[in-house]
Amino acid sequence: MSIDVPQTLEAFMAQALAMEHEAMQRYAELADVMETHNNREVAELFRKMSAIENRHAAQIMAEMGWKEPPPASAPAWEGFEAAETIAPDDVHYLMRPWHALQLALRAEERAERFFGRLAQAATVDSVRKAALELQQEEREHVELVRAWLAKVPQPEPDWAVDPDPPRYDE
Amino acid sequence: MNDIGIQPAALAPADFKSAIKPIWCPGCGDYSVLSSITKALAMIGRPPHEVAIVSGIGCSSRIPAYTSCYGFHGVHGRALAAATGLKLARPDLTVLVTGGDGDGYSIGGNHFLHACRRNVDMTYIVMDNHVYGMTKGQPSPTTEPDWDSKLAPGGTKIRVFHPLVVALAAGANFVARAFSGDPNGTAALIAQAIRHPGFSFVEVLSPCVTFRPEQRDWKTQVHASPVEETDDPVRAARRVMTDDGFNIGVLYAGNRAPYSPERRTPPAAVAELEAEFRV
Repeated sequence: MSIDVPQTLEAFMAQALAMEHEAMQRYAELADVMETHNNREVAELFRKMSAIENRHAAQIMAEMGWKEPPPASAPAWEGFEAAETIAPDDVHYLMRPWHALQLALRAEERAERFFGRLAQAATVDSVRKAALELQQEEREHVELVRAWLAKVPQPEPDWAVDPDPPRYDE
Repeated sequence: MNDIGIQPAALAPADFKSAIKPIWCPGCGDYSVLSSITKALAMIGRPPHEVAIVSGIGCSSRIPAYTSCYGFHGVHGRALAAATGLKLARPDLTVLVTGGDGDGYSIGGNHFLHACRRNVDMTYIVMDNHVYGMTKGQPSPTTEPDWDSKLAPGGTKIRVFHPLVVALAAGANFVARAFSGDPNGTAALIAQAIRHPGFSFVEVLSPCVTFRPEQRDWKTQVHASPVEETDDPVRAARRVMTDDGFNIGVLYAGNRAPYSPERRTPPAAVAELEAEFRV
């Protein structure tokens, strides 16, 4: 898929900020979903991920000296959503923290690849340099999530079995 | 700017969310549609108390409770009738109607036709998942004839209802299709629908992951690029008659003036009102 590379550092960083904001919002939404379905452990994990993405967004704001996010322009994602955003239909009400971290890992890996492709395609030096820096940051996030994942037990084989399931179609 | 010279802060999507958390199934497309509606309302920039959201019955009809706007959770299939009355009584409000395919095309099918025909200035957002989800998976008017389920063994064998064709033929002034998996694109389409005068109809493909898990594949079937907008009803008709159900974008944006009856000064006394009805 072709990639639309921003032509100024400001436009590029605005896109990176939008990416962090989208990821932050989606994690918060998923935390709400899990809370509603009484999966508090995963809700707490998603809430933490949302706070982490919020910190990343704040870092971008500080680096750029922005008091407010710049006016939204149409971001050039490769698909319907930003690379770091978890698809809303990838969750299950009985999922375990291990599953949630797997989703987070995939999101960070997508973000790393996204910035890598942007760096390759960039024609403006400042944009290429910033894309490489963000790629490196995402690589660090990948390692952090992997380290986190190593401490979390793998789910039991019957993790999705519910003796009183919410769905009956007969 | 207000009358004491203060510039109000720009509205954010969170300003349109209520404290009530949705209780849809995890993975339901309606979460994203709710998010798109709040984003669209932030783009429009009218505060929540100037917006009313009306719904009927069904999973997606729960949306008014999840927003901070005025809401009316009405009778099954009658959301458009209630919304029409509301908009005519309070033309200053931005009126949105939300619901699903069963509520809108079956129980409320007649109201759908006449809402398109009347062309009152409001926006109808239908979250179409081709099934009655709330009542455990019965086929709806948009269910494929060969969809086999325990409740319809072998499928219904009944031709599907085509809401976009019907909306266009019945006179809707704005006809669009969106996909819940594209929340930013959906938000932009809803904002455009709200700004467009007259009756705007936005059909959102919104998967039911519980009763139609195969709809998770919609994300690979929906065409990534929106169609080119047209105000030509003939071109729009040809397009909606021949599309594969996965085109997104504005399929028709017409120029018909919205229905807006002349407003009379209300009678000062009940006796005057009674006199109007005396035979």
